[in-house]
Amino acid sequence: MSINLSALDRPNSYIGRTVPRPNAPRLAEGRGTYVDDITLPRMVHVAFYRSPHAHARIGRIDAEAALAVPGVLRVFTGRDIAAVCSPWVAVLAHLKGLKSAPQHAIAVDRATWAGEPVAAVVAESRAAAEDGLAVLEVEFEPLPVVAEMETALDPETPLIHPELGDNLAFRRVHEAGDPDGAMASAAAVVEATFHTGRHTGVCLEPRSILAAYNRAENQLTVHHSTQAPHMIQTVLAKHLDMPEGNVRVICGDVGGSYGIKVHVYPDEMATAAIAKIMGRPVKFVADRIESFSSDIHARDHRIKGRLGVDAEGRIVALEIDDLTGIGPYSVYPRTSAIEGNQVVNLCGGPYDFANYRARTTVVLQNKTPTCQYRAVGHPIACAVTEGLVDLAAEAIGMDPVEFRRRNLVRDDAYPYTSAANMRFEGLSHHQSLAKLVEMMDYDALRAEQARLREAGIYRGIGIASFIELTNPSPFMYGIGGARISAQDGCTVRLDPDGSVVALSGVTEQGQGTEAMLAQVVAEGVGVPVERVRIITGDTQVTPYGGGTWASRGAGIGGEAALQAGLALRANILEVAGAMLQAAPETLDVIDGEVVEKATGRARMPLGELGRIVYFRGDTLPKGLPREMVATRHYITSDYPFAFTNGIQASLVEVDVETGMVRLLKHWCVEDCGRVINPLLVDEQIRGGIVQGLGGALYEHCVYSEDGQLLTANMADYLVPMAAEMPDMVVAHVETPTKESLLGAKGAGEAGTAGAPAAVMNAINDALRPFRARVTAMPFTPERILAALGRIPERRF
Amino acid sequence: MKGASLAYARANDVSHALELWRRAGPDARLLAGGQSLLAGINLRLNEIPGLIDISRIGELRGVADLGDRLRIGALTRHADLQADPLVAAHAPAFAQAAPLIAHAAIRTRGTIGGSLAYADPAAELPACVLALDAEIVLRAEAGERRVAAENFFLGLFETALRPFEMIVAVEVPKIGPNRRHAVLELARRSGDYAMAGLVLAADVAGGRLHDVRLSYFSMGPAPVLARGAMAALDSDEGVEAACAALGTDLDPVADLQGGPEMKRHLAGVLLHRAVAGLLGHSPVSGGNHGRG
Repeated sequence: MSINLSALDRPNSYIGRTVPRPNAPRLAEGRGTYVDDITLPRMVHVAFYRSPHAHARIGRIDAEAALAVPGVLRVFTGRDIAAVCSPWVAVLAHLKGLKSAPQHAIAVDRATWAGEPVAAVVAESRAAAEDGLAVLEVEFEPLPVVAEMETALDPETPLIHPELGDNLAFRRVHEAGDPDGAMASAAAVVEATFHTGRHTGVCLEPRSILAAYNRAENQLTVHHSTQAPHMIQTVLAKHLDMPEGNVRVICGDVGGSYGIKVHVYPDEMATAAIAKIMGRPVKFVADRIESFSSDIHARDHRIKGRLGVDAEGRIVALEIDDLTGIGPYSVYPRTSAIEGNQVVNLCGGPYDFANYRARTTVVLQNKTPTCQYRAVGHPIACAVTEGLVDLAAEAIGMDPVEFRRRNLVRDDAYPYTSAANMRFEGLSHHQSLAKLVEMMDYDALRAEQARLREAGIYRGIGIASFIELTNPSPFMYGIGGARISAQDGCTVRLDPDGSVVALSGVTEQGQGTEAMLAQVVAEGVGVPVERVRIITGDTQVTPYGGGTWASRGAGIGGEAALQAGLALRANILEVAGAMLQAAPETLDVIDGEVVEKATGRARMPLGELGRIVYFRGDTLPKGLPREMVATRHYITSDYPFAFTNGIQASLVEVDVETGMVRLLKHWCVEDCGRVINPLLVDEQIRGGIVQGLGGALYEHCVYSEDGQLLTANMADYLVPMAAEMPDMVVAHVETPTKESLLGAKGAGEAGTAGAPAAVMNAINDALRPFRARVTAMPFTPERILAALGRIPERRF
Repeated sequence: MKGASLAYARANDVSHALELWRRAGPDARLLAGGQSLLAGINLRLNEIPGLIDISRIGELRGVADLGDRLRIGALTRHADLQADPLVAAHAPAFAQAAPLIAHAAIRTRGTIGGSLAYADPAAELPACVLALDAEIVLRAEAGERRVAAENFFLGLFETALRPFEMIVAVEVPKIGPNRRHAVLELARRSGDYAMAGLVLAADVAGGRLHDVRLSYFSMGPAPVLARGAMAALDSDEGVEAACAALGTDLDPVADLQGGPEMKRHLAGVLLHRAVAGLLGHSPVSGGNHGRG
């Protein structure tokens, strides 16, 4: 069912070509329109008083001094907001046993993490609102803090929500085959404990919302930096008790999201509630400091793993015990159990083995809530799996590439169901591995490594195979009861001048969705890509859709756009046939012209067809359909998720005196199915790798024992920066999904999924002569020096 | 965050600045490059009633050759230190240190006077003036005085500056023909505050070091002279002995990057590399990762 590749030679063939992004000049010239660029009449600003305590009872809030500050208009407490905004509980029916407590937009009675909104000050400017915050008096009675996830379930640990009975949010155990028997018969069993550091997304544009309420129409219009406008529309309507049709969410330019902007945030809900109460437009733009303590965090996991292999180096069993702390509430509406669930689903994913036991334990704690962040669960599962795989290879004295060759699921084994019950339509692990080994000249690197080691230079090579879950069906959220669309739609319209407008339910976050859509629509209709305008991010305008997450933009949104484009082309040809006295099937649309299909001879530009249809419809036969608009929706149905695969390699040099790691080079071969725009895909991979390298080496939300975030600024929270990034080589294998015509599966998270594991394995390869090993991310100089025994260990 | 509103006045010259300051009160601050001050204001760390902008006072800018020493004006920017031929020839430590300070945008605005007055213990330039035995030239309405770098840094963000007194220049002796400087630091990422850093100045003759001056930054509440290690190197006891002396010279405090043991360990690694570099055993330059 895949699209005919020979069509790629057509003049308006854009699928598979590097086409410049239509929005790039606008954004590069600073002509974008982000939420903070929008000013509405009578607009006011809100700033939030955030709890300085990780856990405290909220006492008296004295607003008198704050209200006396020039420019300050109102002060809101949790109870004020609760009167118009109902609380939420983030659970999903298919995540059995998941529990959480009602969460308010502004804390009522109790603050449960340092950074939770406790009061709001509304003023004529943000500065005046902060002046108000400075003199707002809030009394707190500190309560015992649950910071450490390892002891969160101990009987002596206080309960964060006593009504829940314990601090356990979710637990899932999955078992396949006979892991105990297989481990017992294994020639070697390796085990290790891994830590992935809690980190966050750090979007260039912070979370931003501008909510305007018009009492005359009971209409709420929200300009929002978000990935999922329709989901936000639904949530706002529900909790502000409004008809869904009276809520409009508009999402203009977005300065990065990475999963950070696909959740419901208390401060943003409060902003909308305040707009409704005051009847004025209210703007909230998070500053960098409050972003660190209020944007979702992720990846706070401790994972114990065991892997058994037989004498030939075949994996016989895998056991995983995952523990994660998610903060005091499961995050609405996607829940905070998904990440642990993904770890269970994805561990061992690239490999062919039958005996698997995995457990995830998701606990509550008084820290910033965690939720889905780019490549949800993938970098964790990949690090655990690939770390164990390298240990096993070492244990039986086998080269890590050869070990993978023996264990990766064969390329002709599909469809294949993994030990975790994931169903794979078609992957290319062995092709990818072969390409990687050739690309990096593996043998030469090994020889160089040995030579340099003699000279006291310690380089390491790390490999990481991975799978990436994309294009989710309703099995991800919908079946659990969340009103999150897995389907997406596209409306394509031909205007009188022959130009095309396409409205899509997937969204542009700065990653190039609109470029991808323009290419697909241009090809589908048959027009030059410059004649296509893409509109996204307006719930009152675009088809209802899920937005951007789980790498679904190209695979779901792209297919809907292609089908809509093809449908419009068929409609155009029907009219053209009538005008040209030709059978529609003998005609085609190429490069903005109706042509004779057989000869390619130009018959009529689309502008002429548009003129006749729109202004001289009287000359067309009565009853001729003249629908110059077509809408198509797409949803995956054969598989719950598409899966992509790939493999990465990292070359590092470890300074064993300082513990510093130098990233020398990075390789990635990945298979995202159909590549629509090679440049965009490569840059997605590179950006994803950088984000993965951040988690491996730098990024860490460090907390004190009493739940205070110690890294809440850009000097202490280290993001990866250009100077330290390695040269990256990216290549592709294309195994299109047969489920769609387009064949795209998604490329947004592959880089992030595999990079931390590759770097971990490379560091440990470099440290091998010292019998030192690191398994706790980020791999800081301190941790590496401690592993080398040069300094004592210190715990974070 | 947005800073609280405050008063602002621009000074035409030094005496005008001092007069404005006296009128604004002791809590008003001088604005030079603003690279730490403005961030602090936006974070509302202190209540600051007003700023006296000295950034356009021409007499405070530039490097002058005074014969046996250089005079570096307080408003000389880090980028100027990096590029100035007089600095490169006569006080190369400053030229080596400058590229290690933060990022290009910050080096283009940040000033040496601002860095010394702020006295961040992780900053490079305070350790430079200490190792180079420079004098800090201060001016108040009552007149000028000079404070040796050794007496200038008193503690965490604390200096010998008195109320209504400002830095106008740094005067540093020119190096002799055998004098060599090395500035090394280890930072997580280029431009970050160093986990550990040193400035080493010594005469190199006969395959060993003489008249050693060694200062460390990011090793405690203030830049510190490692006197024990200096003495060990002066008496040719070897680098290992000097490293051992660091155990008492340095009293680092833990931070997010590491505990005191790690900082001491890194101080020793840097010393090995700096001495080897000066003796020509391996190349030495600023090197963010402690090597060229």
